[in-house]
Order: sequence, then C-alpha cells, then structure tokens
Amino acid sequence: MSKIDFTAYDTKDFYDEMFDENNNVRPNYKMFLERLEKLSHKKLKSLQYATDRAQLSLGMTFNVYADNQGVERILHLDIIPRIIGNSEWTLLERGLQQRIKALNLFIQDIYNDQKVFKDKIIPKEMILSSVSYLKQLEGFKPPKDIWCHITGSDLIKGGDGQYYVLEDNLRCPSGVSYMLENREILKRTFPELFEQLGVKPVYDYTHTLRDTLEYLSDKEKPVVVVLTPGVYNAAYFEHSYLAQQMGAELVEGKDLIVKNDIVYMITTNGLQRVDVIYRRLDDEYIDPLVFNKQSLLGTPGLFNAYIKGNVALVNAPGTGVVDDKAVYAYIPRIIKYYLGEDMILPNVKTYICDEEQDRKYVIDNIHNLVVKQTDASGGYGMLIGPKSTKKEQQEFITKIKNKPRNYIAQPMINLSRVPTITDDTIEGRHVDLRPYALYGDDIKIIPGALTRVALTKGSIVVNSSQGGGSKDTWVLNR
Amino acid sequence: MLGRVANTIYWMNRYLERAENYARFMDVNYNLSLELPPNEEQQWKPLVVITGDWELYESLNSKVEKSKVNYFLAFDENNPNSIYNCISLARENARAVRPEITKEIWEQINSLYFLVKQGLEQKRLDDKELRGFLTEIKNGCQLVYGMYDSTISRNEGWDFGKLGQVIERADKTSRVLDAKYHLLLHSPAKVGSSLDLIQWAALLKSVSAYDMYRKKYGKLTPSSIAEFLILDTQFPRSILACLINAEKSLITLCGSSVGFSNIAQKQLGALKSQLEYDDINDIISQGMHEYLNDIQLRLNEISSSIYNSFFDIEIHV
Repeated sequence: MSKIDFTAYDTKDFYDEMFDENNNVRPNYKMFLERLEKLSHKKLKSLQYATDRAQLSLGMTFNVYADNQGVERILHLDIIPRIIGNSEWTLLERGLQQRIKALNLFIQDIYNDQKVFKDKIIPKEMILSSVSYLKQLEGFKPPKDIWCHITGSDLIKGGDGQYYVLEDNLRCPSGVSYMLENREILKRTFPELFEQLGVKPVYDYTHTLRDTLEYLSDKEKPVVVVLTPGVYNAAYFEHSYLAQQMGAELVEGKDLIVKNDIVYMITTNGLQRVDVIYRRLDDEYIDPLVFNKQSLLGTPGLFNAYIKGNVALVNAPGTGVVDDKAVYAYIPRIIKYYLGEDMILPNVKTYICDEEQDRKYVIDNIHNLVVKQTDASGGYGMLIGPKSTKKEQQEFITKIKNKPRNYIAQPMINLSRVPTITDDTIEGRHVDLRPYALYGDDIKIIPGALTRVALTKGSIVVNSSQGGGSKDTWVLNR
Repeated sequence: MLGRVANTIYWMNRYLERAENYARFMDVNYNLSLELPPNEEQQWKPLVVITGDWELYESLNSKVEKSKVNYFLAFDENNPNSIYNCISLARENARAVRPEITKEIWEQINSLYFLVKQGLEQKRLDDKELRGFLTEIKNGCQLVYGMYDSTISRNEGWDFGKLGQVIERADKTSRVLDAKYHLLLHSPAKVGSSLDLIQWAALLKSVSAYDMYRKKYGKLTPSSIAEFLILDTQFPRSILACLINAEKSLITLCGSSVGFSNIAQKQLGALKSQLEYDDINDIISQGMHEYLNDIQLRLNEISSSIYNSFFDIEIHV
C-alpha cells in the first residue's frame, strides 16, 4: 500500500503553512507530518470519507442563495488541519483585541460626539454616505457602550508570512458553528494527536457567548433568544446550533411582538418578555416600521424598543459602517487616534476610488489589482485583475467611473497555502483565517478559527457560496 | 414554549407516526399478497383506500398495479402523504425546532431522510429491496420514539409531541379497521377458512396488534378484533388507549384534570368518555363504518382545536 509522501509537493511561489521554501517541515507541523506519513493513501481517503458522512448526519448543511430552495450542501471539511503556533497566535490575539477596541470606540463616536470628523481623521461624508450608517442612532449609546459584541474578522497570510486583516465583519459574522463542529469531527479523526500535540480547546465558545449576551442585561436571569430569518436561510444550521448549544430560544420575527416598546415572545402560555436578542438578521430587515418596509422577517416596533433601552440587540444596529470597504482604509488612523497605538495587525494596502489620485492608479493598474464593491460581501461584486479578461476589466472601469464611492482596490495578495486532499494526491490550496472575538466584560479571542480553503486549484476565492471548503484550525499550547 | 415551535413539534411527531404506519401497512400487505390468489386490484386498492388518498392515486395512475401503489405510497413526491414526503417534512420540522430536541433524535431523523432520499433515487421497489426498505423505515421511526422516550425531558414539548403521535395513531388504526373490516366481512372466503384467517391476521399485523391480541383473546373473531382495536385500554395502538394518552398530555398542558379549560380538551374528553362506555355489540349493530367515520371526523376537529387553543394564540393577544 502506497504511503503518503510529500517529495513531489510543490511549495513554489507561495507561502506554505506546512513546509518552508526548502521543503523542510515547519515546527508546528512536525508531529502531524509524522502521523500523516504513517498512513496509506487509502486510509487517508477513508478518513476523509468518514468525515463527509459525519457532516451529513450532523446536518451541517447550508443552502446556496443562487440555488433553488431546499438544495443543501455541506461545507467540505478537509481533514488536514491548519496548525498555528502559540507565539504567532498571541500576536494575532493582541492585534485583534486592539482593533476591536478601537472600532468600538469609533462607532460610539460617529453616532455621538463625532470627534473623529472634527479632528479630520476621516471625512464625514464618507461615513454619512455609507448605506450602513443609521441616522436613527445619532445620540444613542447601547448597553455597556458595546456595539460589536461578536466579530469574525477575515485574515490572510501573505507571501511574506505576515498576517493581514482583510475584512472586519462586524455585522453578523457566520461560520463559528463550523469551527466548533469541525473540531468535534477532527477529534474523532486524529484522537492521538490531540493528546500529544496540546491543542487549545474551543468548546467554551457557546458558554462565553451566553455570558456575553447576558452581560448586557441587568437582570439576574435575562431571557436570551436567537433571532433567525428561518429554515431557508443559508446559515440556518448555525442559528439553530448556537441556540441549542446556549440553551436559548430560537425565534423568528413573527414569534416576537412589541407592546409599549417592550419585546415579548408569543408562547403557548401567553407573552414572555425578551431581554437580549442575538439577531442573525441584517439591520435593514429587523423592523419593517423603520427600515425595509417589505421585510417579513423582522418584528414591527423592535427598533424603537431597542432605542428605549428595553431590549439589547447583538450586534448593535449600525455597526455595518465599519464593514464598508472604503472605511477599512482608514482603520490604521482610527486605531492611532483612539488608542494612541500603532496597528499591530496590518491592513492590506487599499486604494480608495473616491480619491482622485487613487482612482487614477486603480484604472491604470486594474489588471494587477483586486477591485471590490464597498457594500458587497461573500466574494460577490469583485474583480480579480490578474485573472480577468480585458472586457471584464473595462466593465469595472466603467463602474468605478460611474460610482467611485462604491469601489476600492487592493494589490493581489498571494494567500498562503495548506496541504489539502485532492482526488488523487495532496496539493497546496489557498486559505484564509476567520477567528472569532467576543466583547463582553473584556475582549476574548477564541483560540481557534474557521480556516476557509479554496478547493479549486489556483483559486483564491474561499467563500462557501463559491466552491470553498474548510479546515479545522489548531492553536497549540506551545 | 413558542406557539410556532409547539406546532412544529406536534407535526414532526405526526409525520413520523404516519410514515411508520404506512411502512407497516405496506409490508403487511405485501406479505399477505404472496399468499392470496393473484388479483392485483383486489389486493392493492384497499391499501390506498386506507390512506384516504384514493382519488389522488386515480388521478395520477391509470390502473392499480402493485409497483404503482408501492411507488405512490413510498416515494411519490406528488403524494403529500408518501413516506418520502412525511419523512422529509418531519426532518424539516425537526430542523426548525432543533434546539428543542436532542442531538440523538436530530441525527436519527436526519439519517431517516437520507434513507428515503436514497430509496427514491435508487427506486427501491423490487420485491426484496422494498421489504428491506420498509423494515428500515419502521425500525428507524421506532428508534426515534425510543430516543424521544429516553432523552427528552417531560416538558411542554414532550406533551405536544405525544399529542401529535397518538392522534395520528388513533386515526390510522381507525382507518385500517374501517377499510378492512368491511371488505373481510363481505369477502367470498368462508368464515374460519385459512384464507379468511390470513386476512384477519393481516389486519391485526397492520397495526402491530397480532401478538397482543392473541394473548388476550386467542381466537380470531371479527367482533373481538374490532373490540381490541377500538376499545382496549391496554394496547397502545387501540383508539381508546390513544385517546387516554392524548388526554393525559392535554391535562398536563392545561393544568386541570376536572372539566376542561379549552375547546380541544372538551372535544377530546367527550370522545374519550364516549368510547369508555361504548360496547362492541352496540358499535356493530349501529354500523361499524358510521362509527369509525365519526371518530375520524372528530379527531380532525380535535386537531384543529389544538391548533387554535395553543399554536395560534396571536389572535388572543
């Protein structure tokens, strides 16, 4: 039986997480490699197959927006983990804490004192023109002054082996259930490695999440619910999973009713007051009286109940401003302004098409750049310059000229790679990293992450809706 | 508990019970057909009649054939009550109330879904394949009942689930008895002949009642069989036993054991009391079909009253 070997493994041109440029194994992966090399290809395949089965039986499925309703897919889990050493993680942790702290202060400021505009750190129009800026929140302070309770930033590692923050995701970051369930599955796949290697556990995420939510209420036993758009939502598995793991009620908008600015859920025994809502619904859908009038997903009156301080919403409405890709470019300055510190985790260099000089550069160099729509996510509305046709580039240039505020551009980053099982061998595939942070009495970064992997050879699009898979992420004790 | 959630649990249990009943009806009928003189129409039409979907079957199929009937009941996506649809709906409901049930139950319902989905894709209708499939469905559903019993707290959700299960069960028992009783009494086979016995035994087996019936009555006679399936208080699939269990759950949910606190409790209590004081001879002289038909109608009424009393309380807000 042929054993697994990596003699033909290609590490050229990219940073590989397992091997250095001379094909020597990196220290984090040494023990894992030894284990892997004892396996035959056939055994590895059967371990991978058992994983696919386990995901199906757990019901870890999602619906893709473009597909017909009811078409379910699993997020493919590749069993070769992403392994991160302790010192690397510590830096990442500090960087994320710094960033989230600053961003929270920034959001509070733009809706209240607006010092950041007065001190000319960021143009006022840039914020006020963001579709995610909610005028209704001006002068409002949320419970405990926390806006972004749950963050799932997207990070990448470049060819230089350095982490960069790509997106902050302060609205409703998803994927944490995959982090948790992937770990449960991998513990069955490689039980002996967990014992020997010293992998930090992630299991307390849902406990910490519950604490984070309860922290917002002054009651001793607040009623906490998870608000979902319903079973047809792509992330429904996660909503129900989190509710069940936290022991919280899973509600839809129609299960809630607002009377005299107080939110109740409709139970078989009448109305029960709700104190904290972890909503997995974007701002525009939560309340048809204030936002999207067509929305059937939300609850009329919810926003007013929130403004009156009678219920906590997590994340707070209005945080989407920071997810605007044009605001992203200012984050280094935002951190410096609020904390007086230099940014620990760097941003990717970003060109703002709304600024004339940058726009000219972007148009001239579009074939080398990644162009992104400022209010889009999920890998939609973007152009990957080096992989695009002249025609596509021309289309984007027209779009940029028409609405410069809607576009930014970044240099192409060579995402790092991790060995990944393919049909007949193991090859490097590009990955990103989404760690999760919870902001309660302090900012906790869960020692683990969802590593998303672009399964198609050469692809750098890791989004689940576009052929991405996932890997378990191991943070080591040492 | 949220009204929507309670309703979903109620239906999840009804769908599972329905799927399990269909699988058993089909399996027993299949077994029976092997020993009867070949006549596809006579053997397979009653099976569809029991389910109450004869009109739909006729509109979709030109004639009665074994394979068509089995396809219609097991896999047909156009039949809202096919095993495939029942299990899919049970799973959709389970998914919607995932936080209310345990991991074990969810995974088992999920694996039942993959079983029917695969069955549909592979068209498991061959003689051997089909019976294996039906057994897997029956066992798979029973496994859910067992898990329900041993992993779910006796809370509101449990009682709503139980209600759904026993109301569905009572309905199915009454339908099987209704369809078969008539047919067998007027069948050309001689009373007490082996052909006659096989058929009465099959009726009992359709509701898993054969062994318990034999233990209690020994001899197969039409009136004892009817008595056992309608009025027995100990056999868990008899109509009365189902009503007794439904009432227990309603009492827990409403909190009052004397009188009634809503229309569902009133209707159910009335039906149960009637059966408690009914006598099989009266039922037979009154007309079995009319009697069972009345039960089915009243079960439907009770089901909608449960909906109005517990699940759709927005109106009262």
